[in-house]
Amino acid sequence: MTNTVNKLMPIAKCFTFGSSSSLNVQAYRFFRWILPPIFGLFLLAVIWAMIAEHTPELPGPIKTWASAVELFSDPFYDHGINDKGVGWNILASLQRVGLGFGLAAIIGIPLGFIIGRFEFVARMTAPVISLLRPVSPLAWLPIGLLVFKAANPAAIWVIFISAVWPMIINTAVGVNKVPQDYMNVAKVLNLSEWKIVTKILFPFVLPYMMTGVRLSIGVAWLVIVAAEMLTGGVGIGFWVWDEWNNLNVEHIIIAIFIVGIVGLLLEYALTQIAKRFSYE
Amino acid sequence: MEKANTDKYVQLEHVNMTFNTKKGTFNALKGINLNIKEGEFISIIGHSGCGKSTVLNLIAGLLHPTDGLIFCAGREIAGPGPERAVVFQNHSLLPWLTCFENVYLAVERVFENETKAQLEARTHAAIELVGLTHSSDKRPNEISGGMKQRVGIARALAMEPKVLLLDEPFGALDALTRANLQDELMKIMAKSGCTAVMVTHDVDEAVLLSDRVVMMTNGPSATIGEILEVNLPRPRARLALAEDKEYNHLRSEVLRFLYERHAKKSA
Repeated sequence: MTNTVNKLMPIAKCFTFGSSSSLNVQAYRFFRWILPPIFGLFLLAVIWAMIAEHTPELPGPIKTWASAVELFSDPFYDHGINDKGVGWNILASLQRVGLGFGLAAIIGIPLGFIIGRFEFVARMTAPVISLLRPVSPLAWLPIGLLVFKAANPAAIWVIFISAVWPMIINTAVGVNKVPQDYMNVAKVLNLSEWKIVTKILFPFVLPYMMTGVRLSIGVAWLVIVAAEMLTGGVGIGFWVWDEWNNLNVEHIIIAIFIVGIVGLLLEYALTQIAKRFSYE
Repeated sequence: MEKANTDKYVQLEHVNMTFNTKKGTFNALKGINLNIKEGEFISIIGHSGCGKSTVLNLIAGLLHPTDGLIFCAGREIAGPGPERAVVFQNHSLLPWLTCFENVYLAVERVFENETKAQLEARTHAAIELVGLTHSSDKRPNEISGGMKQRVGIARALAMEPKVLLLDEPFGALDALTRANLQDELMKIMAKSGCTAVMVTHDVDEAVLLSDRVVMMTNGPSATIGEILEVNLPRPRARLALAEDKEYNHLRSEVLRFLYERHAKKSA
């Protein structure tokens, strides 16, 4: 701790605000880490307000903020199937993403290991993956509706299909990148396949796998809004569509912020988990 | 099957090795014949790219010869086995395991029938042998290069191999650490009495440690150029040998081979 403080000192001296040195460090931190993001968000609000000024239909930041305060004062009300609080809608979306994403992890990660480990399987699956991966996730929705005959499983299916590719590919890439040295160690020590997987492949691949997981959760959260717009029911995507039909533009803007913030939190949580599991 | 012969403990007979590369076939080794006695310390020396590591990998069973046969204790080598342990050049410790766990991984596979306590005792003993008891719970990235290589040696020795294969084991270390580890390796080998094959490009290291120095010609189609007997009495002391006539004679023999008769054409 004192070390970092000492390192920062010469730079902190540039800002001669306070007489005490710790105050200088605080000032340095403020100018370096806190001020720029606040300024960026402020700029966004200003641009938004300027556009809203010239577009009567678009509510400005202040009006939206007032609406948000009102909305979040009672997020968990329930007035029947088509009128639930915003909290319920967020939870419903998170549940769908969790299910689709969880299924994708259960299938995608082991599949990635198998593809990375066995060249035959890699060559076998390469054309299928290359063919299916670039397809827009929403194109899978009709197939899901057809097979499952219900909107909710179809939405989960869309999440699954969009989240599974990054996990398969990143895991397989990780397995492929295992240094030959480690595999030579495994050969010389005559390790069993189980030991190779648990003691060499898994620890090495984990960071790659976590990259895949992070990409997947990002895609899943991106797709859920669009999928729910089409399937309806309860969920943040449906809520956006519902508020569009009600012409409640404030709520649509609030929904955009909610989607952004929840996505940010999901990503942050997974980054923290990834850090915990990293061996470095 | 031939009975294990102590004079021909490890045997390479007419070994050829050809690699298939993108540019076509590359003939790395040609007509390698070598008999290694039980308990002998052999060094293989040659310019880089002469295929000396290939010879070691063949004995380790990591590679299979294109032609020819390789035996260990009268048996043909079909693949890697616990009786032939390898110390890798870049230590090849698993970074997510502690030193103890790295050694334990090898021990638990070789001595499958033993109890956990016995396996742990073996691991501790091997780590103690290389003088790293105090660091046994550290991860490889928390210890120095020399210490990593010691763990690599401990891992190999813990398997109680018949043959210890060392692939430029001290190549990546600084001169002082290298000298230190060479001295310790000599002591350990004297105690364990196992056969050793070491690949090196260090002339002093080869002469100091070995009973015989195998000198290889340059590749492609590298083969054994000459074998030098080192009849210096053991235990050998580095300082005393520095002024020893016989030692310096042997040293210049190897140098002559490498730099006069098989000088690497500089690019």
